Formats: sequence, structure tokens, C-alpha cells
Amino acid sequence: MARIMSLAEAVEENVRDGDTVAMEGFTHLIPYAAGHEVIRQGRKDLFLVRMTPDILYDQLIGVGAARGMKFSWGGNPGVGSLHRFRDAVENQWPRPLEIEEHSHAAMANAYEAGAANLPFAAFRGYIGADLPKVNVNIRSVTCPFTGEVLAAVPAIRPDVTIIHAQRADRNGNVLIEGIVGVQKEAVLAARRSIVTVEEIVDELSPPSPNSVVLPGWAVTAVAHVPGGAFPSYAHGYYPRSNAFYIRWDEIARDRETFTAWIRENVLAAKPEDFARHAAKTAAKVA
Amino acid sequence: MTDFTPTEMMTIAAARALSNDDVCFVGIGAPSAACNVARLTHAPDITLIYESGTVGTKPDVLPLSIGDGELCDTALFTVSVPEMFRYWLQGGRITTGFLGGAQIDRFANLNTTVVGPYDHPKVRLPGGGGAPEIASNCGRIFITMALTKRGFVERLPFVTSMGHGEGGNHRERLGLTTSGPTRVITDLCILEPDPETKELTVVSMHPGVARDQIAGNCGWPIKFAETVIETPAPTETELVVLRDINARTKKAHKAAGKEAA
Repeated sequence: MARIMSLAEAVEENVRDGDTVAMEGFTHLIPYAAGHEVIRQGRKDLFLVRMTPDILYDQLIGVGAARGMKFSWGGNPGVGSLHRFRDAVENQWPRPLEIEEHSHAAMANAYEAGAANLPFAAFRGYIGADLPKVNVNIRSVTCPFTGEVLAAVPAIRPDVTIIHAQRADRNGNVLIEGIVGVQKEAVLAARRSIVTVEEIVDELSPPSPNSVVLPGWAVTAVAHVPGGAFPSYAHGYYPRSNAFYIRWDEIARDRETFTAWIRENVLAAKPEDFARHAAKTAAKVA
Repeated sequence: MTDFTPTEMMTIAAARALSNDDVCFVGIGAPSAACNVARLTHAPDITLIYESGTVGTKPDVLPLSIGDGELCDTALFTVSVPEMFRYWLQGGRITTGFLGGAQIDRFANLNTTVVGPYDHPKVRLPGGGGAPEIASNCGRIFITMALTKRGFVERLPFVTSMGHGEGGNHRERLGLTTSGPTRVITDLCILEPDPETKELTVVSMHPGVARDQIAGNCGWPIKFAETVIETPAPTETELVVLRDINARTKKAHKAAGKEAA
């Protein structure tokens, strides 16, 4: 049964040095507040997993918290490069970053395999592409029925998955709405999970057409962190700050401005600082 | 004739490639603009799908990112990312994929991974995302990107997604049953693969563009088809629709920016 606790406690108990950590969110509901708490608590040697590592992973890489990363698209969506990621890969700053690169289809299938307790995922992929030449974890299997050769990738089994969601009830049942991404699979694939939420309510409202519910007994910890997905967004609560994504390009381009930004906005900040973003005009809800 | 920019011509020519019956997997940026212009002009019932899981979306403004709330708000339905890639893309339900890229070669293979050696890249690009499987699992692929020497290269340092491979029947030899790239739309011209060799060949030149301008912007000795037509200039309606959606997009993103600042 999920325990409802503070974010600091949740991270303290569930994220350990050297862990394989997935912080998922497909543009929507990215767990920024939780990622900042991981940085503040000084976790080291993390192996980060995420389909679309964006600004949050740029921050974790830039502070040197990551030894490696498994991913399928690493950029600042709609803006351009991740400069801290590039600095790590191109110049090994602040430390070398081991990368394991896949396609989206491979990552999505690998999370599903993890959630389904299978050792690997098979899919029709990577045909004619160069990634299998540089990633030893892209192999193949032959279908025992048809003889077709399929791509195979190992299941993703994070030590801990961290996500953000709209609501939880007092029993720790979690509701996700809107673009639901790969969060359900990432939580079910992991040994432990932390979910930060906009609200804790007595009753989950009737689910909307695209909602996902994670039952409290499948989640380790729930923490109430309003605004915790900023500068990404929480559908029905607040919009994405495209302006911040654009501004990040300038902040992250330079090592010193990046370090100063982290000092001021992460190390000297706390989860409650995200609450002011939650008060913004709610995003248009269909 | 109304004035238009090369980028406007590219977007409109790309939009025209789509039809009402298409079920289209949309990449962000130029493809997204083209697909929505098609929807707002000659293809009102086109189905637009973004890899974030939104199916049948009708955004009023163009998304800055692949998972903007606008896409979900206006979609017929939204699915998880694994479902998107397994049932809808791999399931063979998508007729057309629309891709862009950092680099392309003469057989329409695309690179969005690295420039330079993979282990010591000169430039680390974002990576493939959905592209490797979009390129193989959609019925056919359209590509849109500006024609430049940096983008249209003799040899790709890395093949992120396969177009026609080494040309000829390379796709068939790998067991692919889909058509692969059938059209590349640039700001100067439209290219299509030669039926036999699959080498990209200029089939249509945009108004006012000269052959040496095309040749001078391409990183390989570019071929022209026997008959090269002139791309019809944008119509008044096409330009109005494109400029309107661009203006709405700019305004919406600016407003969102102010609010969040």
C-alpha cells in the first residue's frame, strides 16, 4: 500500500546511490520537483532511464548525478539541443556519461516487458538502422512460428520509477489524465515507485476518457507537491511554460550560468516552491 | 501573384502531398505545419496522429512540442505511448509518416543521431525517437527539409532511419513491405526516388528557382528527371491558412510565455 509522505522522505527512503532511476513523462507531467529533490539529496552514480530526457535530465547530468543514461530522444522539445547532455557526451563534463540509445518503439516495448515480468521485448524494429551497430543491447530473435527475425531489447526494470500525476486519494490510488505517456508501465516495471501529485482528495473524481489509475497497492510512495511538474504541465491544472523551455537553452549553454541556476533554483529551494506554478490559470480542459 | 517565402512554398507543397484519406503520423516542426495546413484546406478529414498518443487531433495552434495539451484537448482519443507504437504504428494502421531530419542522403536515409563518430561525436543530436520504426512501418514516408549542403550530404555519418538504404530493392531485401520515402519536399524543389535506382531525383521546381541553385545547395551531384515541372505557386487560400495558423501559434505561445514568466 502506498504511503503518503513528504517528498524529502520519499526520496530519502526510495532513491539510493547507484540506482537505475526512471523519471517518466512524455512532455506532460514530468516530475521536476522530485528530480530537484534527488539533486538536493546529492544522489550519485544514477543510471537514468527515460524515453525523452529533456530539461530535468539535463539538470541531473549537469550536476554530475548520472553515470549513464538509457534513452530514445534527448532534446529540448521544440527548442533544440540539451547542452548539458551534449557537454557530457562530447566533452565528458562534469563526468563521462555512458549512453545506451534506443528508439521510442524499443523503449515503450521494453517498459511493457518490464511491467509484464518478461526478460525482453520483441518487436518489428530497427530495420536498416545503424543503432544496432553501436548498442550491444539491441539483438534479434527468430519467431518460432513464422521464422521472422525480430528486434529484441532487454526489459527495463528500474530500481525506482518517479512520476507526477494529477490526483491521489487518501489510500494512495493515483489518477493520471491527458497524455498518459509510458508512466503506468514505468511504475509497474519498477521495484519501488514515487508519485508526486497536484492534489490529495477524499475521492478520485470519475476518471476521464483517457485516464489511467494506478492502485495504491502498486505504488510505494505518494507525495503531495502542487505545481511539481513545472515547467512541464499538468493537464487540467496548469499549462506548459514554453517560455521556460526556450529560456533553458540560454541557461544551460554555459557551465557557469547553469551552475548558478542550480544553486539558486534547486539547492537553495524546496518542493513547496513549485506551488506558485500550480496557482496559474488552469489549462484548457476539454 | 502574391509574394511568398521559400519556407511557405515548402510547407504548402508538403501539405498538398497529403489527401483526405490519409492517416498520418506527424513529426514536430515543418511536418506538423504541413499536416495542419492540409487539414485546414483540401483534406479536412485527414487523421493526424502524434507519437505522444493523440489520435485524430485537430490543434488550433501548432504544438511547440510533441506532447502539448492542445493535441490531447482536440483529439478523438488519446492512448498510451506503448499502445501508440505497438497497435497503431507496428499494427500497420498508419498510411503516411511525415518526417524531417538533420541530414539526408541521396537514398532518403535520415540522420538525427550524431555528426562524427558515434563514440566521439562532433555534434550529438537528439536521436531517433520514433523515426526508425515510423520509417519502416508506415505505408509510405514524406520528408520535408530545407535544401542545404549541410543537410543534403553525400554520405551520412549515421543512419538513424532507413529510407531506401543503398538503393534499388534494398528495402525488399530486408523484408520491408512498405514503400519508404516516396517524396522529399524542400524549399526549392520536390524530389522523388527514381523507380529503379531509388536515387532522389528532382521532379518539380518551385517558381523562380533555377537548376544551378538546386545543384549548388545539394551535397551530391543531384539528378533531374527527364520532365521537370514547375510547382504551382501557393494559392491565396493556402497562404492565408498557413499565415493564420502561424500567427495564432505565435500569439498563443507568447501568451503562455508571459503567463509563466
